Amino acid sequence: MSSKQITVALVGNPNTGKSTLFNALTGLRQKVGNYPGVTVARKSGRCDCGDGLKVELVDLPGLYSLAAASPDEQVVTDVLLGSLEGSQQPDAIVVVLDVTNLLRNLFLASQLAELNLPLALVLNQADIAHEQGLKIDTQLLSQRLGGVPVVLTSAWKGEGIASVRRAIAEVLNKKTKMTQLTWPSQVESALGAIVQAIQTDTGQAPSSADAQRILFSSNAHTSDRLGWSQPQRESIVRQARDQVRAAGYNPMAAEPLIHYAHLRKVLEGVIAGGTGKQGNAAALDRVLLHRVIGPILFIGIMLGLFASVFWLAKFPMQWIQSGVDFLKAMIAPALVNTPMLQSLVTDGIIAGVGAFLVFLPQILILFLFIGILEDSGYMARAAFIMDRLFSWCGLNGKSFVPLLSGFACAIPGLLSTRTIEDPKARLATAFAVPFMSCSARFPVYALMCAAFIGPLYGPGWESVVMVGMHCVGLLFAVPTAFVLTRFVLKVKPQPFVLELPRYQMPKPSDVLWRMWQNAAEFVSKAGTVIFAMTIVIWALCYFPRDAQMSDRIKAAEPTLSEHEIQSRTQAAMIEQSWMGRFGKAVQPVFDPCGFDWKITVGVLASFPAREVIVSTLGVTYSIGKGAEADSQHLRSAMQEAKWMDGPRKSTPIFSLAAVLALMVFFALCSQCGPTIATLAQETGGWKWAAISFFYMTILAWVMAVVVYQVVIRLI
Amino acid sequence: MTPLSQLLPGQFGKLVSLNPDQAVDQRLMALGLLPGMALKLVRRAPLGDPVAIEFGGQVVSLRLAEAESLIVDVAADCPVQRPKNTP
Ligand SMILES: Nc1nc2c(ncn2[C@@H]2O[C@H](COP(=O)(O)OP(=O)(O)O)[C@@H](O)[C@H]2O)c(=O)[nH]1
Ligand SMILES: [Mg+2]
Repeated sequence: MSSKQITVALVGNPNTGKSTLFNALTGLRQKVGNYPGVTVARKSGRCDCGDGLKVELVDLPGLYSLAAASPDEQVVTDVLLGSLEGSQQPDAIVVVLDVTNLLRNLFLASQLAELNLPLALVLNQADIAHEQGLKIDTQLLSQRLGGVPVVLTSAWKGEGIASVRRAIAEVLNKKTKMTQLTWPSQVESALGAIVQAIQTDTGQAPSSADAQRILFSSNAHTSDRLGWSQPQRESIVRQARDQVRAAGYNPMAAEPLIHYAHLRKVLEGVIAGGTGKQGNAAALDRVLLHRVIGPILFIGIMLGLFASVFWLAKFPMQWIQSGVDFLKAMIAPALVNTPMLQSLVTDGIIAGVGAFLVFLPQILILFLFIGILEDSGYMARAAFIMDRLFSWCGLNGKSFVPLLSGFACAIPGLLSTRTIEDPKARLATAFAVPFMSCSARFPVYALMCAAFIGPLYGPGWESVVMVGMHCVGLLFAVPTAFVLTRFVLKVKPQPFVLELPRYQMPKPSDVLWRMWQNAAEFVSKAGTVIFAMTIVIWALCYFPRDAQMSDRIKAAEPTLSEHEIQSRTQAAMIEQSWMGRFGKAVQPVFDPCGFDWKITVGVLASFPAREVIVSTLGVTYSIGKGAEADSQHLRSAMQEAKWMDGPRKSTPIFSLAAVLALMVFFALCSQCGPTIATLAQETGGWKWAAISFFYMTILAWVMAVVVYQVVIRLI
Repeated sequence: MTPLSQLLPGQFGKLVSLNPDQAVDQRLMALGLLPGMALKLVRRAPLGDPVAIEFGGQVVSLRLAEAESLIVDVAADCPVQRPKNTP
């Protein structure tokens, strides 16, 4: 056999059980990658088909029709046509069908038959069919479709998997193709005319599947790919469509009409029974989608989800944090003679690993919930309930879970945008998620409110400001999404047509497996970037080093205690580090927001992680490392801080205006390295991550200036 | 001849026409909703939109604004196709 890897593609409607079957066929030998240049994940794995035949199995995203509507579906079509650069056409196709809805599922199969590739049909969810009393004559079906293998399976129960392996081996050996339908003669000749014209115009012969895409699809993707230009094709395609119209079909409806008519005949006598149990969806929907009870249950479920991501994850996050601290304390003494290495290892490397590990509990918990919600069938209902609230600004019902999770942490929120099928809504949601007031903003608000708002205006105003700050991000995210979907993203909006599947008990092993895969992907992709960022920031704050610093401080003020010398040294060190110098240099930029150089350094140092501002302020105000939001010393140091020079000389730095400006800045600014890394991972490149970064940061600056300048004039 | 949006929850109808040039209608046709097909408006979402319709043994949610072109005939006394999968 040649060294060329044999690939087999799993194709089918969404929710038919492709991924479940894929897992059953490949076990743990899976790879998750990306198709070149697009965000669609490429899941592949090795499948053993007996007799030493090993094939690469590819799990493609689900789709209903080859007349691709969304860019994601286009990828599937391109992969199958072998026209996606850097990806070879599969050697065979395994179509996975939901046996309880055979007619609809066969529509895609019937389109796939036109690709003229070896093909096998897997009728999945046989257990449900059995429950409903459906009997399928697979032999008759196979016979009607030209002898392609037709296998009945229950991927969920692991039944029939061996026959799928055998079927794959069989189609690869015998190259069995599914019978193609006979087009009405006018349609046939319209297709022929297109093939002819392309051959004349471009010199290459297109497949009949290509001709069908050109004739039946409203987009020009296929023509463009074949290099058949607009002026060349215009009149030909119009004439061909007129021919279809003459046959009595609207050209845009001809394909489903003809396929469905054909399939109704194919299925005659194939299905028997099915009058039995009708499934549980109607009865459960009556409660779960009830006008009053439905939303109440929805809120309850979502509160549970949020509480878990927010509170439950705190414990393992604390363990990770203590683990990191413990490791630092263990290793630090061993490196005490090489301070640079000591700092690199503890504040750079160990902190860098901790920086992305700490997200894992939230990611795992959120994906556990999402897995349960999706597999149980509730997720589609949640989207159904919420869609109205989101549709007007270009998002859809599926944006809710990502945005809600964003209030705990943007990272799991961003990862969960994967559940949104419409690429436009997905990107807009991903863009909105980092605006949600995540838990890392909390310490900043807490410090400012406790140190300034509370003492000056009382606890009532303190809570008002606290709640207000949590809404600021949302206030800006919604119009941003609106503008983005309406005016910026040029992708055609996808209709929100959503199947409400039957309810089902989720299978624990599947849910856990997907939870694990999502986490592993985060660690391998975003994790490395987060790690690298931490090291870079460490270096900026560490270098250059002035070895005599503490001696000089001691000499200047001999009465200082050992602890005070240490704090002063740290403050002086950060002042003359690259970061400190940079902070002083750019302070004029932040001057209109009322930030002095210490705040500016704090702001800059917290670009990788916003909560760092608290400990950075601790260092710059000589409180020492490890200051927390509830540190009394830090609060009083900040309350006493005065401008040293300039027009505001000896007025407090932290005036009400500056405090509010600082909080608004933190509410809006893109100060989270992991978010940027994850955004890049999820949008398939740095473009949107960069746009998000600059947009949020500039917006934050503008709003901070506005707040400062307005408040300072009012009060 | 009634636009789908005017169906009451629980009401049946037969699809008379749709607009094949629209993306929503194309998607619905791929799902098997073709002229002549019986459908039922199962329910509206708690906020009034979207709606869930049932046809060919499946329940699908769509936004009313996007489904404007669906015209149904409610006069015909047609039950939603049962049993499932009967071609
Ligand atoms: N009852 C039953 N459920 C199944 C079967 N195969 C998959 N499922 C469930 O159907 C849902 C969708 O499966 P999945 O593999 O994610 O489908 P995909 O969208 O085609 O990849 C999941 O909840 C599965 O647990 C099966 O054979 N029987
Ligand atoms: Mg899948």
